[in-house]
Amino acid sequence: MEKTLERFYAAFAALGIPWIVPQLILMLVVASLVILFISVSVMFMIWWERKISAHIQVRYGPMRVGGWHGWAQSLADGIKLLIKEDVIPAGADKLVFALAPMVVFAAALAAYVIIPFGPNLIVRDLNIGVLFYISISSLTVVGIIMAGWSSNNKYSVLGALRSAAQAVSYEVPLVVSILGVIMTVGSLSMIQIVEAQQRIWFVIPQFAGFLIYLTAALAECNRLPFDIPEAESELVAGFHVEYSGMRFAIFFLAEYANMFTVAAIATTLFLGGWHGPLLPPWLWFLIKTYFIIFVMMWLRWTLARLRVDQLMNLGWKVLLPLAFLNMGITGVVLVLRG
Amino acid sequence: MEQTEIIEPFQETMEEMYVNMGPQHPSTHGVLRLMLKLDGEVVTEITPYIGYLHRCHEKIGENRIYTQVIPYTDRLDYLASMYNNFGYVLTVERLMGLQVPERAEYMRVILAEMQRIASHLIWMGTFGLDLGNFTIFMYCFREREKILDLFESVSGQRLNYSFYRIGGMPLDLPDSFLTDCKAFLEWFKPRLPEYDAVMTDNIIFQKRVQGIGKLDQKAAIDYAISGPMLRGSGIKWDLRRNDPYSIYDRFEFEVPVGSTGDVWDRYMVRRLEMAESVKIVEQALRDLPPGEIMGKVPKKLKPPAGDIYSRVESPRGELGFYVASDGSEKPYRYKVRSPAFVNLSVLPVIGAGHLVADMVAILGSIDIVLGEVDR
Repeated sequence: MEKTLERFYAAFAALGIPWIVPQLILMLVVASLVILFISVSVMFMIWWERKISAHIQVRYGPMRVGGWHGWAQSLADGIKLLIKEDVIPAGADKLVFALAPMVVFAAALAAYVIIPFGPNLIVRDLNIGVLFYISISSLTVVGIIMAGWSSNNKYSVLGALRSAAQAVSYEVPLVVSILGVIMTVGSLSMIQIVEAQQRIWFVIPQFAGFLIYLTAALAECNRLPFDIPEAESELVAGFHVEYSGMRFAIFFLAEYANMFTVAAIATTLFLGGWHGPLLPPWLWFLIKTYFIIFVMMWLRWTLARLRVDQLMNLGWKVLLPLAFLNMGITGVVLVLRG
Repeated sequence: MEQTEIIEPFQETMEEMYVNMGPQHPSTHGVLRLMLKLDGEVVTEITPYIGYLHRCHEKIGENRIYTQVIPYTDRLDYLASMYNNFGYVLTVERLMGLQVPERAEYMRVILAEMQRIASHLIWMGTFGLDLGNFTIFMYCFREREKILDLFESVSGQRLNYSFYRIGGMPLDLPDSFLTDCKAFLEWFKPRLPEYDAVMTDNIIFQKRVQGIGKLDQKAAIDYAISGPMLRGSGIKWDLRRNDPYSIYDRFEFEVPVGSTGDVWDRYMVRRLEMAESVKIVEQALRDLPPGEIMGKVPKKLKPPAGDIYSRVESPRGELGFYVASDGSEKPYRYKVRSPAFVNLSVLPVIGAGHLVADMVAILGSIDIVLGEVDR
C-alpha cells in the first residue's frame, strides 16, 4: 500500500508535475469511492428496512421493481426523486435553504474518513479518530437547524429546536460512554482500538458502555423511539417539512449514512471491528455493522416514540450518570490492575 | 372548575406562537382543524374548527322517505356504519311501534358487535400511529380486514353496508357465516394478548399515556361525554346495560371502567371492550334462532304524528336519533346526536397545558370520526 503510493507520487514527480496534483487526484478517487459506497449501502439499507418493517408487520414490502423481492425499489425511488421539480418555498431564506442539505450530507460524509473497514481499508488513520467522529457528528445538527429555520415554517422550526435540544443532551452521554474504551486502549486511533480487541471484544468488559452508546446513538440518528425532531404525527415531518425532490433525498441519504456510521463506530469500539475467524476482515466488519443496523431497525418498528421531556430526562438523568459510573468503574479497575 | 384553568408552565412567558394544525395533518384523523397557541412546546389554548365535511345530513334526511335515509346514515360514522343503521332503524321502529322478528334481532346484535370490534381496532391502530408505533396499525388492520370480509359475505359491502331495514333485515345470513364467524372469533381471541405485548405492556407506551389528558367525572358529565371516554373517567354508564335496546338485556358482559380518566384509562376501556364484544357475539351465535328476518311492515311507511328520541351505544358513545313525524312519508324533523361531536367539545379543556405530543395522544384518545362530527 505504502509503496504503491510512493510510486504513484514518484511518477508524477518524474514528469515535473507539482505534488499537489497527484494529491488531488488521490483525494478525488477516494472521495468518489466513499460516496459510491454510501450510495449503494444506503440504497441497500432503505430496501432492507422496508423489508424488515414489512415482515415485522406481517406484509411483504416491495416485491415488484427489479424482479427478486423488489431489490431495485430504492433505485427507482432515487430516480423518481432526482427528476422531481426543485421547489423552494417563496418565504424561505433561499441561500440557507439550499445550503442546509449540503451541510448535513457533508457532515455525514466526513465521518467516513475514520471508519476502519479492514486493517488497511481506512481513508486516514487519524490519531484523534474518535474525537474526529464526535466533533463531525455534532455538525449535522447545524444543518438541521439551518433547514428548520430557513424553511420559514413553524413546524420545521419546532423540529429544528427539538433536534438541537436532543443533540445537546445525547452528545454528552455518547462521549462519556466511549471514554471507557478509550481509557482501556489509551489511544484515540480507530486502528489501535480495533487491534486492542484481538483477545476480547470490548462489549464484554464495557457492556454498560455499549448499551449507553447504542441508546445515545439512536437519538443521534433521530431514529424511533427518539425520532422527535421529525415526529410525523406531531410535526408532520419536522425540519424537512418543506423539502422535496433531490434536496429531501439528500437529507434521507444523510440520515441513513449516519446510521451506518454510528453502527460502524459501535462495531469498531465494542464489537472487535474486523476481527473474526475464516471470513475476510472487511466482510466481518460489514456483518457486524449491519447487525447493529438491524437492531436499530428492529427497535424502530417495535417501540413507540418518547415525549420530548422524557427524552431529556432519559439523557441527562439516566444515561449520563450511568455513563459516568461506567467510566469511574473502568478507571478504578485499570488502576487496580496497574 | 379547576380543569378549565390553563396551566401556566413558566412565570415569565415568552412570545406565544399560533400553529395551525390541520385540516391536512397526519394526526387530526380526517379534516379537523385545530388552532394551537403554543408557548414553546406547551399548548396553552386549543380552538377546534370543524365543518370541512358538512354535507347537510339532517336536511337531506328531511327530504327523503324514511327508508331512503338509511344509506345516508352509513356516512355518519363511516367506521361503524352498522351501528348508524341500527340506531336509525330502531328509532323509526319505535316511532311506528313495529315488532322485529327474533332472528333479525340476533343478526343485528352480531353485526353491531362485530362492528364495534372493527371500529375499536381502527382506533387502536391509529392511536398507535399517533404515538409513533407503526406496527400495531398493521396488526389491527389485518384483523379488521377479516371482519370486513365477513360483512362482505353478509351484505356485499365493505364499508357502507346499508344493511338494516325498518322492521328487520333484508337478507338472511349466508350459510357459511356461522362457521366463518366462529372461526374468526377463535382466531381473534389470541390476538388480543399480542396487542398487549406491543402496546399495553410496553413501558414507553405506558409512560406516554399515563397521567395525561385527565377528564374528571364532573367535567365528563358537564360536557355530556359518553361512550368509552365517559367510562374511562370511572362512570359505569353503558346504554347496552343502563337503557337496554334490542335484545341486549339477554347477554352477559362486563362494562369496563377506568379510574382516573386519563388517556391510559380510555385506552384500557376500549381494549377490554373488544374482549367483551367477543363474548356477546359468541352468546348471540349460540342462541341464534331460526325463523323470519323481516317483520310485518306496511308498503308505505307513514309513522303516526309525533316525535321520538332513541339512542344506542355506538363504539364512540351515545348515538341518538331524533325523528319528528307529521304523519307523512318523510320525517318532519330529523336530528342526529353524534357522540364524536360532543366528545370533541371537551378537547380544549383536557388538551390545554400539555405538550404538543401529548395533545396528539389526547386527541387520538377521544376517537373522533369527522364524518360524524360534521354530519
